[in-house]
Parts: sequence; structure tokens; C-alpha cells
Amino acid sequence: MAIFILGTGCISPQETAQGGPLLAAPREYEQVRLATVDPDYKQWIDVKQIRRMSRVVKMGVGAANLSLEAAGITAPDAIITGTAYGCLDDTGVFLTKMVHQQEEMLTPTAFIQSTHNTVGGQIALLLGCNGYNNTFVHRGFSFENALLDAIMILKEGSAQHILAGGLDEITNYSHQLLSRFGIYKKTPVKTMELLNSPDTGTIAGEGAAFFTLGTTRGPGTVAMLSGVSTLYKPLWEGEVIGHIMKFLEDNNYTPADIDLIVTGRNGDIDQDEIYEEVAEALFPEHAEACFKHLCGEYPTAAGFGVWMANAIIAEQKVPEAAAFFGRAPKKIKNILIYNHHQGTHHSLVLLTAC
Amino acid sequence: MSEKVWIAGGGVISGIGLDLKACLQSFRNMQPGMAAMQYLPSVHRNTFPVAEVKADNATLADMARMPEHISRTALLSMIAAREAWKSSGLDDISRYRVGFVSGNTVGGMDKTENFFPEFLTNSRGGRLQQVVHHECGSVTELVADMLGIRHHVSTISTACSSGANALMYGSRLIRNNIVDVVIAGGTDALTRFTLNGFNTLMILDQQPCRPFDDTRTGLNLGEGAGYVVLVSDSLAAQLQPWCRFSGFANANDAYHQTASSPDGTGNYLAMKGAMDMSGVQPQQIGYINLHGTGTQNNDVSEGIAINRLFAPHFPAMSSTKSFTGHTLGASGGIEAVFSALAVKEGIIYPNARFEHQMKELPFAPVTAYSTGHDLQHVMSNSFGFGGNCSSLIFSKA
Repeated sequence: MAIFILGTGCISPQETAQGGPLLAAPREYEQVRLATVDPDYKQWIDVKQIRRMSRVVKMGVGAANLSLEAAGITAPDAIITGTAYGCLDDTGVFLTKMVHQQEEMLTPTAFIQSTHNTVGGQIALLLGCNGYNNTFVHRGFSFENALLDAIMILKEGSAQHILAGGLDEITNYSHQLLSRFGIYKKTPVKTMELLNSPDTGTIAGEGAAFFTLGTTRGPGTVAMLSGVSTLYKPLWEGEVIGHIMKFLEDNNYTPADIDLIVTGRNGDIDQDEIYEEVAEALFPEHAEACFKHLCGEYPTAAGFGVWMANAIIAEQKVPEAAAFFGRAPKKIKNILIYNHHQGTHHSLVLLTAC
Repeated sequence: MSEKVWIAGGGVISGIGLDLKACLQSFRNMQPGMAAMQYLPSVHRNTFPVAEVKADNATLADMARMPEHISRTALLSMIAAREAWKSSGLDDISRYRVGFVSGNTVGGMDKTENFFPEFLTNSRGGRLQQVVHHECGSVTELVADMLGIRHHVSTISTACSSGANALMYGSRLIRNNIVDVVIAGGTDALTRFTLNGFNTLMILDQQPCRPFDDTRTGLNLGEGAGYVVLVSDSLAAQLQPWCRFSGFANANDAYHQTASSPDGTGNYLAMKGAMDMSGVQPQQIGYINLHGTGTQNNDVSEGIAINRLFAPHFPAMSSTKSFTGHTLGASGGIEAVFSALAVKEGIIYPNARFEHQMKELPFAPVTAYSTGHDLQHVMSNSFGFGGNCSSLIFSKA
């Protein structure tokens, strides 16, 4: 059974929320922490509510609505969210007050909004959606698990339209802590130079990408979601390569059928090595596009990659800002998105033009 | 796609026992697990009774064969997951395509909240080791790595229904031929973060909780972990499965971030959906393991939804949270094990401290432990924040 992408929505450090050609005027940064470019949330959320909502909830509600609008659907049958970090801002607020006030005189708002399913719950609440609602919180697989769950439910036939997406936010606390783990560059790097950076470390990013999926195509459909697969802690490069081969075979493809690979290179020379190995082994002549220099690194960043790949199929063109290697063929039919997070969480998503 | 999914075993650690056998003994002896806090340091120590797992981290680490410094959430998870696997009759885990799907609500928060005071005075302060497993998914991976599970690892966080949703996703993974076995359930350790959070909502009882009692005034928090082992049809044929995981549904109340709708819309849709999937009629359900937190709001919404669905023939019902406390992300897993075992052994669990009939409802929970029932179908309810409502059904065949 084919799964169609009916509409997509993305809020990111790029101007992805306002439509128009893909990355026509990319925002160029020279910093190690990127923040989302926020659309006017008033178009979807009551002003009084906006003030109480954390950024991750707003970006989730925004991207979900963009995706539904693009699909021309007002009420999905299910809502599936992926977020590794959940609602960090409200978690930090409640934790800080709890420490400062020695567990006394606390107020409930931050606690209520700190649970990982707040975003999924708020989307359901705003849409009045009583359907299936789930939230995956598994690090670099959160978004992919949400897609997989959606695919399985659509194949079961218990839902016609599913809203699925991934999102994560950066807060001051989380950035301080992740920086202490040595994940980011010591000095800022320009956006268009990140992927050729000669040292370790990447840049921090955030964002939300949602997809309205269904079993029949809609007016805005340009691609099918042909497959999703994850690989946890591969023992060596050969296992990744073998997994990709098997994934393609399972979907009746060979590397030659792939027109473009979209990879999760993040500018960390150690972490990017596997992309080189995979390209060399399976896709030596293939065109490659990248996205993490545009949106930054975060556990659900693959959502941006899939969103971008869908837009590339729609426009049949790889925007200059995303091109990394080679030239894509005139007709871009099959795109393989290969991403890994921290070297431990590898994922594959296959899109097919239709 | 039509393949059935079976329960091959289960494991539980909770405030009433370090393994499933000990938990059953506590039900038999009518010994609930609530007491003053012994292991969680909190200023509310003498105000709110909780159902703690009766062991310190050193003891749990020993049982789990894991380092003592890691999150209690992971230690609890490891102990129950290993018990579940052992009970299944499956041998070497590396022989199968196995998934581990675990629910939890706050990951390694028990360590993070110890890290934070120093971090707040100095952003370079505090030992990073205490936050390295903060993420919910990280807790799951500690256990998956110990068990040697790599085929599919996932974590679900839908507040109090996390563990139940883990079973649903696990079942789908088997039916879609992604894996053959899934250890599914949930885990949560008590933390000051959750204790204080529930306190701000003013839904913690200062006495042992009284689910489905007219005088109830709130819930008691608990901690623990519970997992079932889900297996495919072909594997089940080689084992003696406890029962079949025949139906489930997840619905959203879409009413309020933390409160249930007065008519229990989400609860009704979840129970109805699960019965539709199982293909059973209300009168075929022999026992319901209630969500039954003991809050004013939950019990009346859940009760009204049950009334709408089951009247006039009500199955036996009870809230085992009157023994284990509300174990949040673990509760769906723990109660799934109790419910699956109920089918296998014909057990109906008691609801402790029930005295006063709720005036809104025409039925009352069961108050005594009994066995020998012919339970063809048992339902387990889990409802949570964010409107997340889930219902599971376990069946003889």
C-alpha cells in the first residue's frame, strides 16, 4: 500500500514557514546556536494562549497547521509527534523554581507544560481531534518512529489521514549543557562553510517539521513516503552500508534508482566520515544535498531533511544552498535521506515522486 | 497483517514487591505499598505518602547488575525487563529479532534534579555524569544495551498512558514483521520534580488514596516498572503464552491539558475502540483493571464512560493503584502484566480502602483478592495528561 505525503509544514532557522521557492534566500549565520524564524503564530493560536505557550509548543502547532493547510485537511484521524528533548523550557522553569523555592509555593503551569506529550496534546486540543495520539521520545529516532507508527496505522486501515512530525527546541540551559559535552564548534562558522569545516563539532539547531500522510493522493501531493528504517548503534561502517542495501532491496530499489541522496552532514569531521564511506561504497556518482548547515544539528533534524526532499521533488531542482556534490538528474524521482545522530542513531527515509 | 500477538511473559517491580510473585503476595495479604518517603529526599517527606520500591539504589543496582550511579528509572526498568524475558521461556535473546519499547515520563530526572542546584549557581558546575542520561530515550537504551537488544529500540512518553502505548506500538512492530519479539511496558522512578508537580495540581492525597470511593481526595504517587513480552504467532506456537493481546485503542480526550472531560469522551473512545478491535461485546469483559487514580476528576470521568459502555452488566473492576500508587509512565506496563496474568490465572485483584459508594455511579469496585475465575477477556485502562487515553484487552485465545 502506498503512503502519500499530502502536505508539509516546517518552522526552522530558515524562512520555511512562508511558502515561495525552496531556500530562495537562505539565511546565512555565523554562530553555533541557531534559532527558528518564527511565523506570526496569531494566525493559528489565540493571543492569550500564545503568551503561555513555550516556543516548542508554538513551533509544533505552527508546523502542524502549515502541513494541514497544504494538504487541505482540517481534521486528521491521528496525531503522532516525535521529540527527543520534549518541553525543555517549561522543564527548566519548574526545576529552577523548585530548587530556588525549596519545593514550596510552586505554580502548576510550567509543570503541566513540561510533559513530552504537551505538543501532541495541544495540537489535538486546538483541532478538537479525538483520534489516536502518540508521542515518541527516543533521541535520534523520535521523528522516524513517529513516521513508522503512522505508516503502520495507515496500512492497518484504522486512519485515513495522519499528522506526523518531529520537533525539538534549544534553551539556554540545554545549550549550556550540550556545549559542555563538547558537541559544538568552539568558534562560529559561516553557514555555507560549515560542511567543509576541518575540525570536530557542529552547530546547534532547532525546529519543527510536520507531514500530513494518507493512503490516497491529495491535490498537494508530489511524493510518496516509500520507506522508513532505523539502525541502532551499528558496529562498523559495513553494517550501515549493508543496512542501506537491504533497505533499498526491501523496497525493490537499487542504488542506481536513487536520483539524489540527502545526507545529515553536520560539519563535524568525525561524524561526517560515515557519509563519505556510504557515498563511496553505494553512491559514488550520485548528487548529494545536505541540510544541517541550514537548520543546525538536533535529534529530530531529519524532519527538516525530509521536508526539504519533498520540496525538491515538487520543484524538481536542488537549491544552490543545499547542493553538496554533483548535479541531480533532470528528473528527480527517488530521494534517499540518510541521517545519523551522534553516530549511534542512523535512519533512512525514501521519497518517491508521484 | 492479520497475525495475532501473544503475551509470553511479564515482569514487575513496584512498591508492593521486587518481582511479580512478591506483588501477588501483597495483593493476597491486602498489603498496599504506601508509606512515608524513605528513599526520595523531599521537604514533603512527611506530608504525602508514596509507594516507593522498598530498596535503595545500591540494592537495585545489584539486582540489575548495573552501576549504582545511573538513574533509578533505568535500574527499575532493567529488573522488570529481565524478569519478563526470563518468564517468557525464550532463551538466548540474540537468537531473535527483538524490540524494546519502553514508556517513561521524566527519564533520568532523579539525577538531573540533584545536578541542578549546583548548575544554577554556576553554569560550569555540577557533574555532567548526572545529566548524561536525562533524556527519556537514554534510560531505555541503558537497558536495551544491557539486554543486547538492537533490532528496534523506542521510547514513548504520553504521561500516564506511556506504558500502555508502548504495548500498542510493540504489537504493530510484530504485525508488520519488523521484529518477532518485543519487550514492552514502562518505567518511572519517583522524583521531586513529579512529586512537586502533582502537588501544584492539588491532586495528591495526604492519606493512602481511595480510588472509586466517594470520599476520595487524590492520588498517591508510586514508582516501578512493568513489562510484558509480546511474541508473534509463530513464536507463540513454541511457547506457553499467558494470553493474547487481542485489542487496543488510543484516543484523545481533546478537552484539557490535565483534566478529563466530565463525560469521559476519550476514556469511552479508547475502551470502545479496544473492544471493536478485539471483536468482543461489553458483557464478554470479565474484569477491568481501572486507571482509577483516586482523583475526583479521573474516577468520575472513567466511571461515567464505563457506565455508558457497560450498563447494566458491569464486569468486576478494581484499581491496583490502591496498592502500587500511581506509577505514571510505568503504570500502563505494570497493569498490563497484572491484567495478562489475570487472564492466565483467573485472578481478580482487590481495590484497597473502598468504603463509600460513589453517588454518580451504579457500580462498585471489588474489594477482595480472588482466583479461579474464568476470565476470557480482561481490559486495562490508562488515561493521562494531554488527553491521552488508552485501553488494552487481553484474551484467553
